[in-house]
Amino acid sequence: MELSILTFCYLLGSLTFIIGLKMLSNPATARKGNLIAAGGMVIAIIGTIFLYEEEGNKLGNYVWIFAGLLIGSIVGTLAAKRVKMTAMPEMVSLFNGMGGACAALISIVEFNHIVHLNGSGYTDRLSAGTLLVIVVGAVIGSVSFAGSMIAWGKLNGKIKDWTFSGQHIFNLVLLAIIIVCAAMVIINPLGNAYLFYVFFALSLAYGVMFVMPIGGADMPVVISLLNSFTGVAAACGGFLYNNKAMLTGGILVGAAGTLLTILMCKAMNRSIKNVLIGSFGTKVIANGAAKQQGAFKEISLSDAAMIMSYASKMIIVPGYGLAVAQAQHACHDLEKLLEEKGVLVKYAIHPVAGRMPGHMNVLLAEADVPYDKLEEMEQANEEFSTTDVVLILGANDVVNPAAKTDPASPIYGMPILEVELSKNVIVNKRSMKPGYAGIENDLFFQPKTSMLFGDAKNVLQKLNAEIKAL
Amino acid sequence: MEDLLSWIREHEEMIYIVALMIFLGIEVIGRVPSVLHTPLMSGANAIHGVVIIGAIIVMGKAEPDNYLALSLGFLAVILGTLNVVGGFVVTDRMLEMFKKKKR
Repeated sequence: MELSILTFCYLLGSLTFIIGLKMLSNPATARKGNLIAAGGMVIAIIGTIFLYEEEGNKLGNYVWIFAGLLIGSIVGTLAAKRVKMTAMPEMVSLFNGMGGACAALISIVEFNHIVHLNGSGYTDRLSAGTLLVIVVGAVIGSVSFAGSMIAWGKLNGKIKDWTFSGQHIFNLVLLAIIIVCAAMVIINPLGNAYLFYVFFALSLAYGVMFVMPIGGADMPVVISLLNSFTGVAAACGGFLYNNKAMLTGGILVGAAGTLLTILMCKAMNRSIKNVLIGSFGTKVIANGAAKQQGAFKEISLSDAAMIMSYASKMIIVPGYGLAVAQAQHACHDLEKLLEEKGVLVKYAIHPVAGRMPGHMNVLLAEADVPYDKLEEMEQANEEFSTTDVVLILGANDVVNPAAKTDPASPIYGMPILEVELSKNVIVNKRSMKPGYAGIENDLFFQPKTSMLFGDAKNVLQKLNAEIKAL
Repeated sequence: MEDLLSWIREHEEMIYIVALMIFLGIEVIGRVPSVLHTPLMSGANAIHGVVIIGAIIVMGKAEPDNYLALSLGFLAVILGTLNVVGGFVVTDRMLEMFKKKKR
């Protein structure tokens, strides 16, 4: 009876995950969808704690379980509530790493359990399939954990890109060694038990080496990919315990995460292979350094204020600089001031602006920018030719015309916002330093472009004061 | 080999679920507007927190004298809970903002 109730709990859990994901993909139902999935999760967890039994034995160690749940809930809630909106991507990466680590730990304990049982002459559970699932869970879980930690460190600026020549080959060799070790463990788990820890350590190293050379611009893709990895690792657990809730949840996320990864790659015109090999950084820096051209012109705050106030239509292009400077509120203030003066203000959102798709939308939503003011790339590109001023706030590569004109450029072919079609372009940046892709931007040297240097928030506040004073 | 085949036979149902879930996952996500990509990733991140179930099982069946299993299991429960709770709370915070602006 109790086991039947547990089965029902898992069924309910699986269904809520599917329905939750479905609802998450529609703005009107997204929040409810998230809560539904969370509810299903709670049911599955409580069911497991009180109803699960294996070979007639119920679970013990309740004190430990509840202590762990309590600590995790408190820390998790506090971390999630306190994190700034701009740091959201890091947070997702961090939580993803926790999930990966959890899956890897489960595999270690189960492997030990099997080896231990076999030492005492019990051979029933030694099937190759079970071992495969444990091994895959350990490898993917630890790669996901190590990779997510590096991605987290990179996004909050603690870890810098690190490349050396022959890195790709090194990574491939590392991966090959991991696969060989894993295969040997599966073939002879008792004799090669030590290899389990060898490839476990190597998997952690691989996770680090795999994310290390990848530039910040590709981080969203990496996080999305690692997210789907963790999903697969969770599904391995589903096989191990014959648990359909784990299986459904894990595979759903694995599939959805992979699709999301592909969508992001498409938007950046990068193949997944290139992202994984991580060849972006080195090639690009050489290219950028070779190119130095022309003079750029600076614009004063009062001139910028003047141009904007007398424009009839302005489009703001937000980028990572806006997020770093937390300038979303100042930006919304600017928009309101200009609207009062009769200027039509819109926002053009490049699919990969900021650090994750949708990142800018979340930020601007935080500042109460109305939904209908945000335009996606295709719409915006149709409107630039009728626009008087484009204000670029800390975006760079997504407006670089080299993506259209220079086949030698590493970002050639990436869809961009065609801001150069408008009458004036004002670019706010902190310095002339190239963006993430590490290449010069011809746009900054064009005659219709003027530069407004400084921290986005600072500049916008001063700009707002100037406009008010006009 | 025979061993693997019999494992596949035993888990036939599960393997069917995997195949169907792959298509379902792609289908369900396929029509998401780019606006929702970040919250969606975050929500999916919370959902793969189901590994917590495995962690609870590991913890719950660890023998009281098996300190390795106890400590690793305990750590796994904490990390899994972080993933689940943190993931859902972060997602809710993001979506809260979306709702606000739709007035």
